[in-house]
Amino acid sequence: MPEIQTFDHDVLVIGAGGAGLRAAIEAASKGVSVGLVCKSLLGKAHTVMAEGGVAAAMGNVDDRDNWRVHFTDTLRGGQYLNNWRMAELHAKEAPDRVRELEAWGALFDRTADGKILQRNFGGHRYPRLAHVGDRTGLEMIRTLQDHGIHQGIDVHMEVTIVTLFTRQGRVAGALAYDRERGRLRLFRARAIVIATGGVGRAYKITSNSWEYTGDGQSLALSAGAALQDMEFVQFHPTGMVWPPSVRGILVTEGVRGEGGVLKNSEGRRFMFEDIPENYRAQTADTPEEGWRYVIGDKNARRPPELLTRDHVARCIVREVREGRGSPHGGVFLDIAWIKEKLPKAAEHIRKKLPSMYHQFKQLADIDITTTPMEVGPTTHYIMGGIRVDGDSQMSTMPGLFAAGEAAAGLHGANRLGGNSLSDLLVFGKRAGEYAAAFAREHAAVAPDGGEVNEAARDALSPFDRPTGESPYAVQHDLQEMMQDQVGIVRTESEMIQAVEGLVRLRQRAARVGVSGNREYNPGWHTALDLRHLLTVSEAIVTSALARKESRGGHFRDDFPEKRAEYAGFNYVLRPGVDGGMELGKEPIPPVREDLRALVEEYK
Amino acid sequence: MPHATFELFRGNDGTGQLVPYETEVSEGMVVLDAVHAIQATQATDLAVRWNCKAGKCGSCSAEINGKPRLMCMTRLNELDLTRPVTVEPIRAFPHQRDLVTDVSWNFRVKQKIRKFTPRPPDAPDGTWRMQQEDVDRVQEFRKCIECFLCQDVCHVLRDHHLHEDFIGPRYLVHVAALEMHPLDVLDRRDELRKAHGIGYCNITKCCTTVCPEGIQITDNAIIPLKERVMDHAFDPIVKLVGMMKGKIAGP
Repeated sequence: MPEIQTFDHDVLVIGAGGAGLRAAIEAASKGVSVGLVCKSLLGKAHTVMAEGGVAAAMGNVDDRDNWRVHFTDTLRGGQYLNNWRMAELHAKEAPDRVRELEAWGALFDRTADGKILQRNFGGHRYPRLAHVGDRTGLEMIRTLQDHGIHQGIDVHMEVTIVTLFTRQGRVAGALAYDRERGRLRLFRARAIVIATGGVGRAYKITSNSWEYTGDGQSLALSAGAALQDMEFVQFHPTGMVWPPSVRGILVTEGVRGEGGVLKNSEGRRFMFEDIPENYRAQTADTPEEGWRYVIGDKNARRPPELLTRDHVARCIVREVREGRGSPHGGVFLDIAWIKEKLPKAAEHIRKKLPSMYHQFKQLADIDITTTPMEVGPTTHYIMGGIRVDGDSQMSTMPGLFAAGEAAAGLHGANRLGGNSLSDLLVFGKRAGEYAAAFAREHAAVAPDGGEVNEAARDALSPFDRPTGESPYAVQHDLQEMMQDQVGIVRTESEMIQAVEGLVRLRQRAARVGVSGNREYNPGWHTALDLRHLLTVSEAIVTSALARKESRGGHFRDDFPEKRAEYAGFNYVLRPGVDGGMELGKEPIPPVREDLRALVEEYK
Repeated sequence: MPHATFELFRGNDGTGQLVPYETEVSEGMVVLDAVHAIQATQATDLAVRWNCKAGKCGSCSAEINGKPRLMCMTRLNELDLTRPVTVEPIRAFPHQRDLVTDVSWNFRVKQKIRKFTPRPPDAPDGTWRMQQEDVDRVQEFRKCIECFLCQDVCHVLRDHHLHEDFIGPRYLVHVAALEMHPLDVLDRRDELRKAHGIGYCNITKCCTTVCPEGIQITDNAIIPLKERVMDHAFDPIVKLVGMMKGKIAGP
């Protein structure tokens, strides 16, 4: 029997990006004992990669902004599949969550009158993103980390959860291993918050780091909780495309917010040629008007480069498909052109976009102050995830909460840029608060010893097959398949092939073997991550096949239009009878009267 | 495709050796790409710590041809590929396995530094007012990605192992960010001199040379802190007040 060390916490938070840290801080402030598990070192989570800013309707730059506009922008961007209660809470609470970061030491860029500066971003009607150059995520995670380490939270670094346990109909604990020595740990907890982020590693081209293997979504589903909206994956329009080794690395939307324009190989600003009906009234007619918006003219409307990400990504795919792409299969993103408009433009670009300047200079030998970048879509975010209650963030499994990217609802069919950093603050806090309350109200239930031992044996099973196939090979083939067959443009025939492909990949995954021992063995870690990747891939393709329309991040070549009969519900996945998953529909509750009036008012 | 040889450190807890691996290289590749290619095909249990592969998280610190660098930001075309490229773990902390080092000491050190404590808000709505030029300097320090390359190259830690007495350049930058924060009201000069051991730094600027974020660690953080500490500790009035207090309080 493998040796297992046991830890007891009132609240266990899984994941230490922005949402997990914020949840842990909040839970600790309520006086319960908190364990925080991070797959990496503290402060390295994917939040660190967020660049452009955090959306909060503070109205510091344009006083016409307020929560109502933010709320309606979020719903419009999400094609009205959002959990409207979450969108309401998010828009109302984001400003306080941002200001709270300032009280904890964050230093955002400033306006002339000394307030927090806000920048333009896609789908946001007014300049709304509080930012620090283009390293906002680093500022946020460091602020939360530096505040969090003084709150009495027990941090478990480089520890990965492999199984959740339930008992008496609620969550009871989790099994984990530590990377350093490969020792197994049992966490017993009264409440658990999942804040494990997304699933980008299911795809070949992604802006996501190795950790993003869908652990939380998969753990929750196997523990009996429901997932929703898994067909909605966000392909960020601007990832690096060249050289090959950097393909997928994010190029912040902040480039476009600062005046960057998209051009095809013919030098045309193609975004002007396809403006969706519901954004026409808000979008500039001419490049000249677009520039006036960028420099703060309140009478100007925003340039079409700042349409929502789903739309911009598809326009880029169209340009490339129709032969108007850049030499390496992308399009051109040009910020250097602003030198026609601004004195000292190069200095301005380096000040506002220092990481982008650095990234292109160092990785692609390109000076973005003089030369256009080549960019193309990259898998960036999943709008879908664990189905939660809008107020408490509790999943359909009592005691199990979720926040941030791992949770679903706020973003509907497409997320607006900047809304994820505010999401993780608002709902990280709420998840922590309600998890602490749940922990106080419920006695501990111990996981079943037999189940724990079974899970432990299962976690170590790849070592029984030292000559089995390499887990890296299976992961690689999965990424290729998802990229090609369940990517940005989808059709039924390809997705059916993917369903069949997943069956074969699962068989291979069950036979992968690892060599070496349990100490810091990435082959073993990859073997265990694979199970989660396969589960979330199946969830994505199952939901994507069912939604026979195009909406938000989900685009079907065989059903290229939005269809009214798919407007009123979310696809939901629940655990099936034989260890698989079952697809169902959940109607979206009617929007509260006052909020519906807002949607009409800001149409 | 051309090939290159990488000699990777393999072993546990400080014992081990460089093991050569040959792999294909292509345009634009960085050292971390080569390490991953070797891991995926030839050494599946090769331990390497990494996350973002974009120079933003500071996880993949290593010594490449003897120089402390981020593996994800070191392009192969900067290196001489006619000779083997050596990749070794950073050395100022205990070795764990292969390219991975136990950097947990750094996290313990940070916890000992007194946290950010702001002055009361400037406006009735609980917010503050700060000008951009007042935050510029501290924003430079807050660019730090905690890769610990500065700690790795600091001779006080690396050669003299004074981890108990000296917090290292990373945390001097952290203290500088707090001390020069426009809103912070604490005075950390006493502990800088005593518990944090700022006097051990003799400003050789090795830390500044290796910082992947280009933070002017020595000039902008450490030297100004040293000046503040000196002014405070050896200010004749402060000294006099201290002596008088000592008299009143007795021995």
